[in-house]
Amino acid sequence: MELLEAIILAVLAASTPLLLAASGELLVERAGVLNLGVEGMMIVGAACGFAGAWATGSTLIGALCGILAGVALSLVFALMTLGLAVNQVATGLALTILGVGVSGLIGAGFVGERISTAPRLYIPGLTTLPFVGKILFGEDGFVYVSIALILAISYFLYRTRAGLVLRAIGDNHVSAHALGYPVLKIRTLAVMFGGGCAGLAGAYLPLAYTPFFVPGMTAGRGWIALALVVFASWLPGRLVIGAYLFGAVSILQLHAQGWGVGVPSQLMSALPYLATVVVLVLISRTRSGGSTAPAALGTVFVPDR
Amino acid sequence: MQLVLEKRAERSTVIALISPLIAIGLTIVTMSILFMIIGKNPIAALNVYFITPLTDAYSLQELAVKAAPLVMIAIGLSLCYLANVWNIGAEGQFLVGAVAGSWLAVKTHGTDAGAWVLPAMMLLGALAGALYALIPAFCKVRFGASEILVSLMLVYVADLLLDYLVRGPWRDPAGFNFPTTAEFDPVATVPLLFEGGRLHLGALIALVIVIGAAILLGRTIKGFEIRVVGAAPRAARFGGFSSNQLVLLTFAISGALAGLAGIIEVAGPVGHLQPGISPGYGFTAIIVAFLGRLNPVGILIAGLFLALTFIGGEQAQIAMKIPLDITKVFQGILLFYVLACDSLILYRIRLIMPQRKAADGAA
Repeated sequence: MELLEAIILAVLAASTPLLLAASGELLVERAGVLNLGVEGMMIVGAACGFAGAWATGSTLIGALCGILAGVALSLVFALMTLGLAVNQVATGLALTILGVGVSGLIGAGFVGERISTAPRLYIPGLTTLPFVGKILFGEDGFVYVSIALILAISYFLYRTRAGLVLRAIGDNHVSAHALGYPVLKIRTLAVMFGGGCAGLAGAYLPLAYTPFFVPGMTAGRGWIALALVVFASWLPGRLVIGAYLFGAVSILQLHAQGWGVGVPSQLMSALPYLATVVVLVLISRTRSGGSTAPAALGTVFVPDR
Repeated sequence: MQLVLEKRAERSTVIALISPLIAIGLTIVTMSILFMIIGKNPIAALNVYFITPLTDAYSLQELAVKAAPLVMIAIGLSLCYLANVWNIGAEGQFLVGAVAGSWLAVKTHGTDAGAWVLPAMMLLGALAGALYALIPAFCKVRFGASEILVSLMLVYVADLLLDYLVRGPWRDPAGFNFPTTAEFDPVATVPLLFEGGRLHLGALIALVIVIGAAILLGRTIKGFEIRVVGAAPRAARFGGFSSNQLVLLTFAISGALAGLAGIIEVAGPVGHLQPGISPGYGFTAIIVAFLGRLNPVGILIAGLFLALTFIGGEQAQIAMKIPLDITKVFQGILLFYVLACDSLILYRIRLIMPQRKAADGAA
């Protein structure tokens, strides 16, 4: 029972950055923009998050620094792809290359430094409940934020007028523009939101997951988040399931070692990446009838005037 | 004030030619500002970065040594990008090529194997790179899976495979427990072009590949097909060109070139297999491909330029204690400017003042 509790806690922790980054990207892609720079925004978020928390001793300020860093990078992406109509795939790659460099530059001074990790919730009476106590009432704030975030996105997309407009823009920007909706403005806001989520997801790693900063600590999580959006068929509900599944796969490697499974550790570490490939193939195959992706995803839009 | 794009009636050839130069200029300005922010003299830093490496023979050879893998990989990538498919896992194909070729070097180590070893290693490296690249291509063609994500995931897998081999089965027993294979035998090593120099056969191979690609793209039907499928998929369908076949072909070629670059790198400048054999060649090659305008000769020039950033970055670290990561920042910024300037080929930028807009509305 205690082992199961430990595993669930570990899975939740490993899933949270994926859920945060993928939630933001889901909204961005629903608006018709493919931002492949999630990994870059995450890794800069991690460096800035750590820097902020290290300088002030506050997890909250660290998280805000991470969000701001992600938003700043996403604005560069928006300027390029929306302002200058540059190919989104190439710009996303550029964002990741830049992000890795910037993160290394910022983080260089912090390697070896430690901070205290984000405090976990403690509610007397509830957190001490057996089994469910720690799982439901003993997480760090990020876990609750990630769940609130995807619920809010789901509500926004399907229950509000603005969400409807955003989806319309993602499916057909020409018609939406003709109806008078500000396509580029709404896309810019969506991209900034996605950047903030990716920055927060990155900041989670040094603020709550480990108490230190290592260059390259996102280790492809941004790319896995992108795959998760495909896995979820752009639906928020499935995104939650997907994120926790992937979190579970990445935790497997840690516990497999503990159980003395006789496979090389590198093979276990490769599991999340291999799982991503398998999932992408399976999902794409079952969807051969017609793609569920937003119809305008990744296409350039230049308003006619 | 508002930024508005206006489609040009026709592509601007003038800007197409000078846009890489504008991009480099803007990057240098941005870097100067960045150097000032981190408290270094920008003139001195730029000098160490871009001029000093060009002033002695050793650095010039090193430039060609670093440019060779970049050019090889970027040529392959440019074929993919021309066909409008996105292989961004060249780093993984590079590593797998290095691993596959090294297998032979490890197996024949200490035996008196003949001169066939090195050619066989290169063949294995290219073959392994091609097969590794065919995984995302096949997943795309057969299942419609994103080649971007699949090829990228395989980079991490290749990295871990290399790590496993050099820490486990292939580790040099006499290597003081370092994760590395034994030094390759002379027959498994890429020969130097000059005695005592750094320049090796790989640089010549890269040149041959540039010429081959120029012929393929400029003079053959296959090259024409690649360009048509990328530029006008609908026309290509009417022309009876199979885009699926071209996805497989361009991925296989680019994987083979990346794999070849990988084995040449370990059998040449590095001399043994170990983690960290690539300072990100596979990703930097993406920038080389774009900066070179997806054109073989352009890629050759762009490859030399980006090789300069690697060497300049190392020298700036030694001489001015500038963190090595500045090279990646530099490369990222450069790619941004290259892409932004390319936008000017198709569009004209106009600034619209709000007052005028209001006046327009009133009229």
